[in-house]
Amino acid sequence: MKFGVVIFPGSNCDHDCYYAVQTVIGKPVEFIWHQDTSLKGFDAVILPGGFSYGDYLRTGALAKFSPVMQSVKEFADKGGLVIGICNGFQILTESGLLPGALMRNVTRQYVCKFLNISTETSNSPFTNQMKKGQVLRIPIGHGDGNYFADSETLKRLNGEDRIAFRYHGENPNGSLENIAGILSEGRNVLGMMPHPDRSSEALLGSTDGKLIFESMVNALAGAGR
Amino acid sequence: MKATVIVTLKPTVLDPQGMTIQRSVESMGLPEVADVRQGKYFDVNIADGVSPDRGKEVVQKLAKEVLTNPVIEEFRIVWEPR
Repeated sequence: MKFGVVIFPGSNCDHDCYYAVQTVIGKPVEFIWHQDTSLKGFDAVILPGGFSYGDYLRTGALAKFSPVMQSVKEFADKGGLVIGICNGFQILTESGLLPGALMRNVTRQYVCKFLNISTETSNSPFTNQMKKGQVLRIPIGHGDGNYFADSETLKRLNGEDRIAFRYHGENPNGSLENIAGILSEGRNVLGMMPHPDRSSEALLGSTDGKLIFESMVNALAGAGR
Repeated sequence: MKATVIVTLKPTVLDPQGMTIQRSVESMGLPEVADVRQGKYFDVNIADGVSPDRGKEVVQKLAKEVLTNPVIEEFRIVWEPR
């Protein structure tokens, strides 16, 4: 079982993700440079938070042209696990791996704080260690986390049980239906604004984020990886 | 060959920045401003020697696939008179 953390120019949570997997979860992990084109040997890929390409044009918009993203698409098409956290989520929507868009927060302010999210489904490789409805305490840190999708897409996401997380008690950014994270059609791609990488150790204020990485480990182990 | 690509949020998408600008100008004494929508524009120069047809095709592709996120935005192209 091997995890990979992609580094785009401007990523700044790459080491947090690497640390969470290597030290907290105790699984093999390697960095993947954005110009690499092979994901051979990897079982799960993490697109970390940060400000890829300086957030120029739109958040996540230019990262989709990084050579590695074509490989990430192929990897996801074959069922590989891909998790995009914060800027990683923005990259996944811009690349078309997940539907919808992350718009500027409705308050127009960057919000950085702990909040609660509820687990909306346990039926995914990222949430199998949680119960449906389980509330997690996980921090956010973003200026563009306002999830938007047309009503047709929202209906489909709801109907197919593809909403992974919703903000619980407080919506920090204006996201439609309080959406904090969604799954792909194949359920092997997750995008979420909150940071499990910043909430996997008690020292950081919460260990709830660890459940997401543990779910991935569980899913991969179940698949014989 | 020059073009300006203007990108705006779709009319159905809420524009918090535009709304804030509108509210601010209201408080500075311009209540006549009913609505402001914020967008962005890009000046695009096409290399010399490219045919007008190809130039139009290129700018269209750039606007559609790079400069705009079709989920929330739309664009229009203004060509500079030659």
